[in-house]
Amino acid sequence: MERTTVLGRLTWRVGQVVKTKAETAQVKSLVLELPDWPGHRAGQHVDIRLTAEDGYQAVRSYSIASPPEEPQVTVTIERLEDGEVSPYLVDDVQVGDPLEVRGPIGGYFVWETALGGPLFLVGGGSGIVPLMAMIQHRVARANDARIRLLYSARSPEDVIYRHELEELANRPGIEVIYTYTRSHPPGWTGYQRRIDQAMLEEVGLAREEQPHIYICGPTPLAEGASNGLVALGYEPARIRIERFGPSGR
Amino acid sequence: MNARLISRGFRGRRQEPREGANVPPGQYVVEDFPVLSAGPTPHTPLAQWTFSIDGEVDEPKRWTWEEFQALPRETITTDIHCVTHWSKLGTVWEGVSIDTLLDSVETAASYIVAYSDGGYTSNLPLEDVTDGQAWIAYAFDGEPLEPQHGGPARLLVPHLYFWKSAKWVRGLRLVDEDEPGFWEVRGYHNYGDPWKEQRYWGD
Amino acid sequence: MESDERRLDGNAVGGVLGEIFPLEMTMAHIRCAGCNAVEPVGAEMVYMDAPGMVMRCMHCDNVLLTLVRGEGHYWLEMRGATWLQMAAPPSPGESTSEGT
Repeated sequence: MERTTVLGRLTWRVGQVVKTKAETAQVKSLVLELPDWPGHRAGQHVDIRLTAEDGYQAVRSYSIASPPEEPQVTVTIERLEDGEVSPYLVDDVQVGDPLEVRGPIGGYFVWETALGGPLFLVGGGSGIVPLMAMIQHRVARANDARIRLLYSARSPEDVIYRHELEELANRPGIEVIYTYTRSHPPGWTGYQRRIDQAMLEEVGLAREEQPHIYICGPTPLAEGASNGLVALGYEPARIRIERFGPSGR
Repeated sequence: MNARLISRGFRGRRQEPREGANVPPGQYVVEDFPVLSAGPTPHTPLAQWTFSIDGEVDEPKRWTWEEFQALPRETITTDIHCVTHWSKLGTVWEGVSIDTLLDSVETAASYIVAYSDGGYTSNLPLEDVTDGQAWIAYAFDGEPLEPQHGGPARLLVPHLYFWKSAKWVRGLRLVDEDEPGFWEVRGYHNYGDPWKEQRYWGD
Repeated sequence: MESDERRLDGNAVGGVLGEIFPLEMTMAHIRCAGCNAVEPVGAEMVYMDAPGMVMRCMHCDNVLLTLVRGEGHYWLEMRGATWLQMAAPPSPGESTSEGT
């Protein structure tokens, strides 16, 4: 669905980090105060630009974790071992620091309550970030679209927004299903493997419900899940994916 | 427009240049080996892989993988320079010299087009790939060349920017007139001498 | 098609295309000159790591467009695309209608 809204040329603006929060050992959220922020839609991202003293610049994209209803913009960053920007954002950035930000960006991988549900969300690792914005948007609007989230993480310690997801899963119409690929909690009887077609067949909302499907995560996971859902007969036009490239480890 | 905002303490991936390192202008040294790709990684089985010399030659030549492995091989230690500003020093390759491949090839052509699985091409003057300046390399750092770095075999022309060293190379076509390749028609320089910083069209 | 880890999609280039076009580009539709498929830019394959950005058709792998940036210039090459369809801003007096 296109919008006839013109954004104007995307320009860099300077925001300020007003809060930081460690989500997991490798993942941190930064809450940004961005002057004259035009608002955003759930699923969009921002570009963040770093400039070294000699003028060298690096730009990376980070999904917005917060829903449009919140006045400040939260981004969640996974620290990649050989990353160029993420180690700086996770290790070095402090409250009060300025950051150059461009956005919001994206019109394809977005959801808003006006589009209706139900939603089948598939996230891997840091792919949960834009999906979280969608879920929180639905809650902020007091909307009753049914949401089922399948979330693949290496271990419970790697689940981003663990407490928030627990709270959200207690709400009517919101379900969260985890699969752990490396280690799982003691006594865990749930999924213990990478997402595959068999899992999607068991977990996916019924095709007849015509769910909007959003898949986000490392490229192999995102493409595998998309191909699996198409093979199961879900309409390709209702599946939107956002690839995050190679995963952290 | 705001004055440029400096990110306190940010350096990026750059390393301090080693003592005595001779690096072309605008380059910085890296220890890792960045992977750059214009398309999906091909995976041609070795049983189907061939390498050809064709085009404006009296007799085209073709080798299977086994035949290619039987050719005289050389070990090359060299610096490589990517147009995206990183340089990697002292890289070690194994492969067959283009001189070996062109041995007994008769041609009046002045240029070559290196062509690869997946459709990538790069163009070079013939005189830039002869006289010990270029190889078809199939090993890096003592190991078979990984697909993401161009394996089974790639062109290696270290005196030019590394986009000229076509990954997944399958042959060299000799041509009378220069035929700009994939990046050369998309904004990059036709020749690509890192010491003259010939990065882009018009440099 | 095998899953290349580094492959991204058009979502990743909304920012850089937005430097050139003053429009939301991930919902722009692009027609492949190779196979005639029409898809949103956000759905197409993108290789960002190359010396330039390469966008390929998700159906036939044809190079749709490339973007090289350096020394104060952009080079946008689009011979692999027949057209780009972008939502135009409504002119004053024009009735606004939903895009498809």
